[in-house]
Amino acid sequence: MKPASFAYHRPRSLGEALALLAEHGAEAKPLAGGQSLGPMMNMRLAQPARLIDLNAIKGLDFLNETENAVEIGALTRHQTIASSSLVRAACPLLAEAAQSIGHYAIRARGTLGGSLAHADPAAQLPLVAATLGAEIAVAGPRGERRIAAQDFFVSLMTTVLEPDELIVSVGFPKAAPREAHAFVQFSRRRGDFAMAAVAVSVLLDVQKRIQRLRLGIGGVEDKPVVPTRLIEQSEGKVPEPAALAAAAREAVSPAENPRVPAVYRRELVEVLTRRALQKCLNSN
Amino acid sequence: MLEFELNVNGERHSVRAEPRKLLSDVLREDCRLTGTHVGCEHGVCGACTVLIDGQPARACLLYAVQMQDHEITTIEAIAAGGRPGALQQALHEAHGLQCGFCTAGIVMTFEAYLKENPHPSEEEVRDVLSGNLCRCTGYQNIVAAILKAAHAKA
Ligand SMILES: Cc1cc2nc3c(=O)[nH]c(=O)nc-3n(C[C@H](O)[C@H](O)[C@H](O)COP(=O)(O)OP(=O)(O)OC[C@H]3O[C@@H](n4cnc5c(N)ncnc54)[C@H](O)[C@@H]3O)c2cc1C
Ligand code: FES
Ligand code: FES
Repeated sequence: MKPASFAYHRPRSLGEALALLAEHGAEAKPLAGGQSLGPMMNMRLAQPARLIDLNAIKGLDFLNETENAVEIGALTRHQTIASSSLVRAACPLLAEAAQSIGHYAIRARGTLGGSLAHADPAAQLPLVAATLGAEIAVAGPRGERRIAAQDFFVSLMTTVLEPDELIVSVGFPKAAPREAHAFVQFSRRRGDFAMAAVAVSVLLDVQKRIQRLRLGIGGVEDKPVVPTRLIEQSEGKVPEPAALAAAAREAVSPAENPRVPAVYRRELVEVLTRRALQKCLNSN
Repeated sequence: MLEFELNVNGERHSVRAEPRKLLSDVLREDCRLTGTHVGCEHGVCGACTVLIDGQPARACLLYAVQMQDHEITTIEAIAAGGRPGALQQALHEAHGLQCGFCTAGIVMTFEAYLKENPHPSEEEVRDVLSGNLCRCTGYQNIVAAILKAAHAKA
């Protein structure tokens, strides 16, 4: 399995990369960690005529804390996110999710921007971005724009990103001091993409009622699901994991799949949601 | 065809290759370093794992042309001078290999990991080992060998 021929570019700056993308349009593809694009090219599922290697661009690999968010550069590796003390403290759900991606060597190379642009419906980082309401900063020939994660993912491996645009960074909102989180997923083997995954972050008020719930479900539909109605209805109430989990089961519409029946995925969503909420309550 | 230089195990290699040529193939065919094995060519099996600037990476998911300004370390650097490294010795003693096809990738993965976490638990070793497929051993003796090597370094 060898990739088809391509021309190789290694820009040194974001401006240079954007100019190359503008010049070559859809025949060029950005290359970040190569942990998704590489397999697709080796299997000839992707045959871009040009690769724009982002790895030599300075300044796309950073972690910054602002007042309300952690801003993370697109070229930041999964491993860096998982092990960063800043992310662990300010956005622990993200750190935990990143730690569960694939395997050690995959995490050492794969990047935040690549994962979001690739938009695998079972991937951890798109799910966390949608769950937390992250903001994705994108640069292109028409300037910069910030896109809410919920609006970024369109369907299976499809986003609103134009072929001449690049993800520059992502702003993840910080967790409140008493906020509890859990990331749980189910896969047949360690490191496989999840058959279902649930991300939860919950803040209780002094009376132990839900002040803010963030909930996202991955691997079940063609993009991460954020069950907004369920979330809004839960606010102000005492959290009941079993009832919320049953509601989450009804909030998803998994596609029928010969290997994974829809009813099985619904069952997984219920069990994982209950476990995730329980884990949050136990840590409170 | 492009001409470029690679730094592999501290030595410069002049390479003439197309951009599409995988690092795994350049190491094996151009640098004549056949210790890096190629199994699946899509990132799953871990046989081709090498170190890039000390970090583990699938050589089958890198194009050699990307690696011009980086230090590549392959299994050939580990048994420098013909003496097995600590992890290799432990794999030998604990019977951690049979056909040996997976072994180079496992050694390179844990060369990096044991630097980061010198005293891993069995659970942590198994978690990291999940990225390297072995079709012979059933993994038990590989885990034992890695723990033994980590213990010996303590
Ligand atoms: C064995 C194996 C197991 C894996 N398991 C998991 C898993 O469990 N969970 C998971 O989430 N992922 C998993 N992955 C995928 C991994 O997380 C990838 O790192 C990630 O999906 C893509 O990131 P990348 O940096 O490697 O991107 P690349 O492969 O380089 O690129 C992916 C796509 O994004 C585009 N792109 C890259 N960067 C940008 C940017 N800045 N702006 C715009 N477009 C960009 C590319 O053009 C390409 O279309 C696995 C991979 C392997 C090989
Ligand atoms: S050959 Fe590279 S991971 Fe299998
Ligand atoms: S020893 Fe044969 S594949 Fe591992």
